[in-house]
Amino acid sequence: MSERILVDAKNTFCPGPLMELISNMKMAEVGDELELLSTDEGSAADIPEWINKVGHEILESFTKEDVLHIVVKKIK
Amino acid sequence: MSEKINVMLTTENMEQLQMAAMVASVGAVSGNDVSVFLSMNALKYFVKENNHKAPVEGEMGNIMLEKKVPPFLELFEQAVELGDAKVYPCSMAMDMLEVKSEDLFDYVGEPMGLTKFLSDVNQGQVWSF
Repeated sequence: MSERILVDAKNTFCPGPLMELISNMKMAEVGDELELLSTDEGSAADIPEWINKVGHEILESFTKEDVLHIVVKKIK
Repeated sequence: MSEKINVMLTTENMEQLQMAAMVASVGAVSGNDVSVFLSMNALKYFVKENNHKAPVEGEMGNIMLEKKVPPFLELFEQAVELGDAKVYPCSMAMDMLEVKSEDLFDYVGEPMGLTKFLSDVNQGQVWSF
């Protein structure tokens, strides 16, 4: 059963949110969903770039109350 | 496409250490084959017992410290642990500082000479800080 893992990287700067996502990604199982929270504006462009390059799947991306949420599914 | 990325690190300044750490960590976690060569004034920060506060060069360094960016040593460690980067201390710089492999952080690899680093660099990108 896959689960959604919350990765709260608010108030950290580049490349902090990316590194936190990746360290959680390593521990997750294939098929798990991770929801990253970030307040770093640079990460808004950089993190989807990484996800696409490495080959995971972005399920959802939105900003709510100045916090960026990126929901990603671990593919491999 | 995976690339070979070589980082030669010789500075003692915080901003450059930080930029090198970002290149190494982001490069490594994006699937590239990253090697970092530590020499000159950069090596001392990888000695466990030493002071790890690097002097700032300018305004950006102060802003980065205030905003609490991830420290460069933490990024180098993540480059190794999350991205399989290799960090090699320069054998000459180790002799000068009189440090042994066991004095360095555990994620730092075995000492390497410049000749070997230069031959490994062959056909890869080289970034120097």
